[in-house]
Amino acid sequence: MQDGGRTAPAGPRPDRSAPPRRPRSPQWAAWAFLTPVTLYLGLFYAYPLYRNLDLSLRHYTVRSFVQGDAPFAGLDNYRTVFDDPTFGPALTHTVVFTAVCLFFQYALGLALAVFFNQNFRLSATLRALFLVPWLLPLIVSASTWSWMLNSDSGVVNAVLHAVGIAPVNWLTSPSWSLASVIIANVWIGIPFNLVVLYSGLQSIPASLHEAAALDGAGAWRRFWHITFPLLRPVSAVTLLLGLVYTLKVFDIIWIMTKGGPADSSTTFATWSYRLGFGNLLPAFGPGAAVGNLLVAAAVVFGLLYLRVQRKQALS
Amino acid sequence: MTRRSPWKTALGVVLTALMLFPVYWMLNVSFTRDQDMRKSPPDLFPVHGTLEGYRAVLDDQLPYLGVSLVIGLGTVVLTVALAAPAGYALAKLRPRGGGVLSFLFLVAQMIPGIIMAMGFYAIYLSLGLLQSVPGLIVADSTLAVPFAVLIFTAFMSGIPGELLQAAKTDGAGPARTFWSIVLPMSRNAIVTVSLFAFLWSWSDFVFASTLDGGGAHEPITLGIYHYIGNNNQQWNAIMATAVVASLPATVILVLAQRYVAAGVTAGAVKD
Repeated sequence: MQDGGRTAPAGPRPDRSAPPRRPRSPQWAAWAFLTPVTLYLGLFYAYPLYRNLDLSLRHYTVRSFVQGDAPFAGLDNYRTVFDDPTFGPALTHTVVFTAVCLFFQYALGLALAVFFNQNFRLSATLRALFLVPWLLPLIVSASTWSWMLNSDSGVVNAVLHAVGIAPVNWLTSPSWSLASVIIANVWIGIPFNLVVLYSGLQSIPASLHEAAALDGAGAWRRFWHITFPLLRPVSAVTLLLGLVYTLKVFDIIWIMTKGGPADSSTTFATWSYRLGFGNLLPAFGPGAAVGNLLVAAAVVFGLLYLRVQRKQALS
Repeated sequence: MTRRSPWKTALGVVLTALMLFPVYWMLNVSFTRDQDMRKSPPDLFPVHGTLEGYRAVLDDQLPYLGVSLVIGLGTVVLTVALAAPAGYALAKLRPRGGGVLSFLFLVAQMIPGIIMAMGFYAIYLSLGLLQSVPGLIVADSTLAVPFAVLIFTAFMSGIPGELLQAAKTDGAGPARTFWSIVLPMSRNAIVTVSLFAFLWSWSDFVFASTLDGGGAHEPITLGIYHYIGNNNQQWNAIMATAVVASLPATVILVLAQRYVAAGVTAGAVKD
């Protein structure tokens, strides 16, 4: 997935002969090139993360936030968060949102990848057009979906009306708000799945399919017995990356519903934001605590992803 | 070898049309008159097309667009300046501890933006960098730098070692080799990285709303967000702004599609 040839369409070919006999460049030169980015990593990743951890372990008020002398609170903020009535719903919504989004993004992305893999006229152009939703700023997609799902004047309800279905209060009813943000997020996620799975399909030799076809296997059987198993490594990587990215989805939900109505579409990401920034009296400590739970989850799945990827690189 | 089946093309066109319907709808609404906005059923085409929405964009949103442009370009410069040397060192100079560093970059990509925003907020508050353009450029660059290091490392590994060896024989030091040989040869990687860095900072909403909200120089994502908040009725203006905000993505897709697809398959990231 990360070879130089594919990253750069017109790039030079990788060399195979060089590594063993090239003399080692002096270490100082290497680290001179790496120093800026190492400092950067420390200042702008490690330190904000540390600040966040620190926030979650102290009793912060707006005053002590500015002066920086908040008393140490141990795990109080985490306890507050666990006892909060929002915790249960937020956890459920995060799990449901992530699982449902992943399932539909992957299933639709795979179906489209198989379809576009058949190389019909215009297939390359149409496949490129499928990238559009992925490239649009999230605020654009989110506000467009907001208007399309508007209860009174949205085009979705107009279509439902035309086929005789009663209008749905997509964004304003607690039973539909989560479904609405899932629909919008699946729409945004399909292109990524399509492109990655398509590139995976391209690497499956066509001769396998031809042999199976000669043996009399139909298209459906060929998919389940050849394509799908051979695509497993690429599928694993796609799903795990998708999992890490879906866990942290914030923009879409915040712009479309702000997590409401009545917390019905609140996930950990929007809850953390609301605690830290959404109220007049910010609760930085609990906000940071929720955020750290999210980091923990993302890092666990992230490490799993790295493991899977490394295993594939070795095999 | 491939059978040209018109049915598949037709199905492909229908699927693409379905997928792009929201984009079409955004365009349609952006041309719709105020009095037709709440019509039921809504017009499928802008029959009484109007440019009111776009006039509102010209009146209200130009400063936001300018700020976004500056932030986007700043992010591109910062990202390439940090990541290209790092990629060269990781790919060709084999530093001790380089593996750990690459690993840290992979992990860094997985930290939710909202967490980074909270940390940045605490730091910027004490440094007085809230609501500043340079502050937002630095924050936005964290969206792109890990990805950029990966791309540069992968690409520069492909530059033949003989070439760098020859430069060394001719007396060029690592800095000169990097500047005169590696960088010019990495044009494609620079383009890919720049496109994504620009696009991500242009689209950023999380950092903008937490670190720059209420400032004198707000980017276009906040421009749209205020629009939604303030005048719920003027959806043609909101959608017209959305159309304008989508232009960079469209231009990039048309002019540089191969770089986009390359970036996605290289494990591209989007929050």
